[in-house]
Amino acid sequence: MKVLSLFRRQSSAPVARERLQVLLAHERAVIGGRSDLVSVLREEILAVIAKHVSVDREKIRVKMDRDGSVATLEVDIEIRAPSSELALSA
Amino acid sequence: MAKVVVVTSGKGGVGKTTSTAALGAALAQTGQNVVVVDFDVGLRNLDLVMGAERRVVYDLINVVQGDAKLAQALIRDKRLDNLSILPASQTRDKDALTEDGVARVMGELREKFDWVICDSPAGIERGATLAMRHADLAVVVTNPEVSSVRDSDRIIGLLDSKTEKAEKGERMDKHLLLTRYDAGRAQRGEMLNVEDVLEILSIPLLGIIPESEEVLRASNMGSPVTLSNVNCAPSRAYMDAARRLMGETLPVTIPPERRGLFSKFFARRAA
Repeated sequence: MKVLSLFRRQSSAPVARERLQVLLAHERAVIGGRSDLVSVLREEILAVIAKHVSVDREKIRVKMDRDGSVATLEVDIEIRAPSSELALSA
Repeated sequence: MAKVVVVTSGKGGVGKTTSTAALGAALAQTGQNVVVVDFDVGLRNLDLVMGAERRVVYDLINVVQGDAKLAQALIRDKRLDNLSILPASQTRDKDALTEDGVARVMGELREKFDWVICDSPAGIERGATLAMRHADLAVVVTNPEVSSVRDSDRIIGLLDSKTEKAEKGERMDKHLLLTRYDAGRAQRGEMLNVEDVLEILSIPLLGIIPESEEVLRASNMGSPVTLSNVNCAPSRAYMDAARRLMGETLPVTIPPERRGLFSKFFARRAA
């Protein structure tokens, strides 16, 4: 079997399918008039957090990703040092 | 009640004109009164594929602009008298089509025929959106190939936003016609298979047209494939698709190409 598979090229259809799924997930979000979705989310999440704790606008990362059938929204916010403030807001 | 169908795809060269001719003829072969309309202004080809290129006097633009009556521009098919073609203009450009003019002509066609099949130009510009504007139903022609699937996805988005139906808040009926399908290659993982394309585009399947020499042969002869060779695999697939358009529920099969024993033997070996 292994000798046989050496001569057979890897199937290309699954690659095509995977590439299309990733690309279209992105394009549907962008062309569907929601090209600013990530930046809107970023601003609104920031506003909510900033009400309670002081955050550095430069230290925020918002990322949307898709892996198979699951889409993930990743928000990474670094909160400023003073621990007293953190305790207060909690 | 007439049905207006748009045959569209986004990408060029996937088989819109061939499919318009074949579906139109197939519907007419079941006794329906059919007109096929070429919306590809400036690059008309439906007349050529239907074998009516030497009979064009007036065209869609002339009727839209009121320079000719609809009856003067319609060409009746020589083989089926319940099949007509409304050609596009070869010399004008798509800007000569006014929105009101197209709406009026579509209204007139609805009164005269059971089926109005509109052959859309490629692309997503005005020509394509005008062709889909008045449709009740869309046939999205797709090849099992990445660029065609991507463009079909884009066209599906336009069908859901730029049509009269969509603007009224109604749901546009969309059907996938998978053309140039090679079942052997799909099975060997060399080509996207039906399930892949259906899962990505998520619209119901109207039919699978197998890759076949008969399709080129038919267009060489100026005949819809369903008229030139009614028994070949693509014709049977188009006939089934036409019956599904009329509301019949038929299982979707991929009609095998009839081959000689010799080529069959070698196809098996290759697989």
